[in-house]
Formats: sequence, structure tokens, C-alpha cells
Amino acid sequence: MNATSTTLAPPQLDWKLPERGRVGMYALIAAEAAIFTIFVVAYLFYIGKSLSGPLPSEVLSPPIFYTVCLLSSSLTIHFAGRSLQGGNVRSFGAWWLLTIVLAALFLYGTASEWHRLIYKEGLTITTNLFGTTYYSLVGLHGFHVVMGLLAMTTVMVFTIVGALKQEHVERIDVLSLYWHFVDAVWIVVFTVVYVIGR
Amino acid sequence: MIFFVVMPVLFGFANYLIPLMIGARDMAFPRLNAFSFWMTAFGGLLLYFSLVGANGLYGAGNAPDVGWFAYAPLTSSTFSLGHSTDFWTLALLVSGFGSIGTAINIVATVLCVRCPGMTLAKMPLFAWLNLVMAGLVILAVSPLTAAQIMLLVDRYLGGHFFDTQAGGSAVIWMHFFWIFGHPEVYVLVLPAFAFASEIIPVFSRKPIFGYPVMVGATVAIGFISMSVWAHHMFTVGMGANVNTFFVISTMAIAVPTGIKIFNWLATMWGGKIEFTTPMLFCVGFLFQFLVAGLTGVMMSAAPFDWQLGNSYFVVAHFHYVIVGGILFCLFGAFYYWFPKMSGKMYSEALGKLHFWLFLIGFHLTFDFMHIPGLLGMPRRIYTYEPGRGWDTWNLIVTIGVFFQAAGILVFLGNLLWSYYRGRSAGNDPWDAWTRMVHQFPAPCI
Repeated sequence: MNATSTTLAPPQLDWKLPERGRVGMYALIAAEAAIFTIFVVAYLFYIGKSLSGPLPSEVLSPPIFYTVCLLSSSLTIHFAGRSLQGGNVRSFGAWWLLTIVLAALFLYGTASEWHRLIYKEGLTITTNLFGTTYYSLVGLHGFHVVMGLLAMTTVMVFTIVGALKQEHVERIDVLSLYWHFVDAVWIVVFTVVYVIGR
Repeated sequence: MIFFVVMPVLFGFANYLIPLMIGARDMAFPRLNAFSFWMTAFGGLLLYFSLVGANGLYGAGNAPDVGWFAYAPLTSSTFSLGHSTDFWTLALLVSGFGSIGTAINIVATVLCVRCPGMTLAKMPLFAWLNLVMAGLVILAVSPLTAAQIMLLVDRYLGGHFFDTQAGGSAVIWMHFFWIFGHPEVYVLVLPAFAFASEIIPVFSRKPIFGYPVMVGATVAIGFISMSVWAHHMFTVGMGANVNTFFVISTMAIAVPTGIKIFNWLATMWGGKIEFTTPMLFCVGFLFQFLVAGLTGVMMSAAPFDWQLGNSYFVVAHFHYVIVGGILFCLFGAFYYWFPKMSGKMYSEALGKLHFWLFLIGFHLTFDFMHIPGLLGMPRRIYTYEPGRGWDTWNLIVTIGVFFQAAGILVFLGNLLWSYYRGRSAGNDPWDAWTRMVHQFPAPCI
């Protein structure tokens, strides 16, 4: 048996596989979803089990404004992607900047809430089970927001120096996928912490 | 050995063979590939450094001493004062990122860079099995990462995730760990099945029997394996209803696995069998994996497990799977693909010597290990008084180790010598019909 002949794909063969960037990002999202699920399960399991210290209903107040900021940033990142797809880099830059600002606002909101909880209410990660699970879950989410913000800032720098072109829209879409995931996680975290857990 | 021997070797084979088999130039993300490898390497270095580094407890080293499952509350900062737990946590955290990275890479490679015309239904079973394995890594290693972050929060930030004094639960660590730990063993075994599915057809001169069912059974194993974890926790007191659920799910996973064994046998049935070294190892795998699965099903009955949990019966069972099943397939894979990788043929006589030495040694050790387990010998003891009836059996277990060691020395010598002095193997050393791999000239590195 020898295999020296080469075979070409028949010209009418329609061969369209999914883009590797998207599939890779979906796989990463699946892994991250599994990590967050464990933290959410721990949070739910420990509701009502703290032996002492401030209770959620006493100290938590739902961060509605900052949540709206974060969820709106999903919308603005979507518009950014569509602008770039249409070739309008300036419009893309504007929407992208707005996304970054909204994300930064959300982080500020988390930081100020934590400041209030620590210094006014006396709730730290060591105080009780509520403290441990709250700071871990919200903190893990915040960490992912920071990662996304770093990536978006990098893209912003590229846009400002003029290196970002319409042909990069596929990569922007992959990054947007990650950002939508971060927002979806916040919806779950918000529900578990501020609705169910209170 | 699970994290730093078997997993790296299996990921290595996947890295090498999947692109060849699907007609791709490389994995989908070559740089992620490199990153993942180095994460695994650094994790390993960190773990081995624990033997000499950091100030040890009572003057000894800081190697992990909390079991591979690192149960709470032993791992809390109250009870583990040294850094052994931290080495365990950090080494696995770092290499875990490597594993997840490779898994993402495998998924993207198999789904996105197949050559034109290779639909999923035409893909070699090796690629299918590694795809399911990668999916399991993504969904199962992540919970371990999460649990380890929680452990670090407990140990260094004063958290209470597993702190019973604060109302926390040590059992929840067990759940989180075993949600990782059980799918992990399927991560180990699916690539071994992949090797068998490639080797057995070639040396039976017949195509694999029931390709669609093999794919279906693999996917079923992937799903069911995520629902059996608490069979490692039957003695914890979860209650009859919970125990029953896990008894049933554990018994259920034996079904698709058994189907695969029947399909391998059916592949051999009516074929022209050639007992080359790879085939010898795969036939050994078939028999031994079956026995291992049977002892597993025995322990899936909770009352049986109550008697034999944490005894040497469990140790015998899982070594039967990992050594008798996975390692045998791995040896077969080394022999089968060595000619492709190196361009040289190994010595068949030495290969067979390795097989027989290792087979005798394996059975001396692990067959007889079941008996002390049944007689009540517990795990994780460093000595026991004579006269319990375990002595002779343990002696036979030890003798078997020397045979295994001899076999492995023969194996290493064979590969080393053949790499430099073996005769040329050509592109298609086994006269297989694996066209995709053949078109690349050997040595294919």
C-alpha cells in the first residue's frame, strides 16, 4: 500500500467549520461557569448558617444603579461590535470607551459597597460564613470584571494608535462573548446574593 | 502520579496524534499549547520542590501529607501548620490551568481545524474520545480549582468555607473534591480507550465494530461520570436516599463501558489476530479492565463499600484500573506509535519480554492485593503487627513489584536502543489503513 497520491477536496464541497476563536471562548466560558457554579452552590448552602455576626438582611442593599451600569455595558459592547463590522472605527471607539467607563463604574460601586460593609457594618471575610461566601463570590466576579477591563483597555489603546481595523471584528466579537458571560454571571450572583439570600 | 505522569503523557499523545489524524498542521492554539505545557511543568516543579523547600514541620520536608484528596479540616491552618497543604494546592492549581488550557485547545482543534471532507462521523475514534475527555476536563477540573481557591481563602484570609467551628462544613469539601475526582478518572481512562480503539482494529485486520455506538457510549460515559461522585462518600452519612441515587448511577455507568468492551471483542471476533507487542498489551487491558470494572461495581453497592471502603480492596481496585487498564494501553500506544515518532522500529523480542515480565508482576501485585483488603487491612498505615494474616499476601505483592520494575527497565532500554540503532520503520510500519497519519513521513516530529 503506498499513499503518494494527493487528493484534493472536490470543488463543490462546502466546508465551513466554526471559528476557533469562538469555540475556544465558549469552552473557556464553560470552564468558568463550572468554577462560578461551585461558589454559588457554597453560597446557597451556607445561607442562614452563620453562627453570628451581621446578617444579609441587616447590611445588604441591592446595588441597582451599578447593576444597570454593568448590564448596559453589554449593550454598548454589542453596538461597538456592530459599528466595527460596518467599518466605522470612530463609532466603535466611542462605544468601546463607554463600555469601559460603565465597567469601571461598576467596579467603583463594588468597592464603595465593600468599604461601607467593612468599616461601617464590620463585615469582613473572617466575620462569619456570610462574610466568607459573600466576599469570595462577589470578589471572584469582580476579578473577572477586572480581567475584562484590562483586555478592553488594551483594545482601546490599539484603537487610539490606529492599529485596530475592520478585519479585527471577529476578535472583538470573541472578547464581547467573554464580557456577556461576565454580565450573565452578575445576574446570577445578584439574584443569589441580593434576592434569594436576603 | 495522576497529575504529573498520566495526565501529561495522555495530553502529549493527544497533542501529537490529533492534528495528524484530522489532517491539521498543529493544534488550534499553538501558543496556548505551549502555555499549558509550561503551567503543568511549573506545577510539577513546585510539587517536587516541596520535598526540599520551605521550613518543614518538625524539621521534615513539606511534601503534601494530606492525601491526594486533601480532606478538610485536616487542611485548615489550625491542623496543617506547615506548608504541605499549600504545596498541594498551588501545584495543582497551576497545573490545573495547564490542563484546562489543553482541554480548550483539544476542543477547538477537533471542532474547527479538521481537513475538508472529514466530518465528525468520519473522524477516528481517537479524536472523538479525546474530545469527550477534554469536555470532562473543562467541566471537572474547574470545580477543583474553585475548591482550592476556597481552601486558600480559609488558610490565608481567615475564611470559614470548611471551618466547622464557624458553622462551615467539612463534607462540602468532599463533595467539591469528588465532583472533580470522579470525572478525573474518566479523563484518565478515555484516552486509554482511544489507544485501544486504534490498536485493536489494526491487529485484528478488521475495522472497529460499531463505530456509532462507540461514540454514543463514550458521550454517555462522559455525562454519567459527572453524576456518580458521592460513591466516594458512602461512609459519610448522607442518608439512604442520597446513597441509593449514587449506587444506581454508579451501576449505570458500567453499562456503556461494558458496551465498549463488547465492541472491542466483536472487533477481534472473526479477525486475523496478530499478537504484536501493542496488541498483547491491549488484550491484557481488555481482560484486566473488565476485572477492575467488576470490583468497582461490587463497591458501588453501598453496604459492600461500608465494609471495604478505605481498605486495600479499594487500592487494589483502582490500581487494577490505572495500571492494568490505563498503563497497559499506554505501553501499547508507546510501542504502536514509536516507529512513527522516531522512524525506527523497536525490538519485538524485547517488547514481548517487557510484556510478560510486567504481566506477571502486575498480577502478582494487584491480584493478591485484594485479599488483605478483604481481610481488613486499612489504607494509609505505615506498619501493622504480625499475625493478622496479611503478611504473606503483602510479601507476594512486593515480589510482583520487582517483576514490574524489570519489565519497565527492559521497556526503557528497548526504546533508547531502538531510537539510535533500530532499523528504519517507514511511513506505515503496521500496514494499517490509517491514511491520514501515513502521508506524513516518519520520523514525524
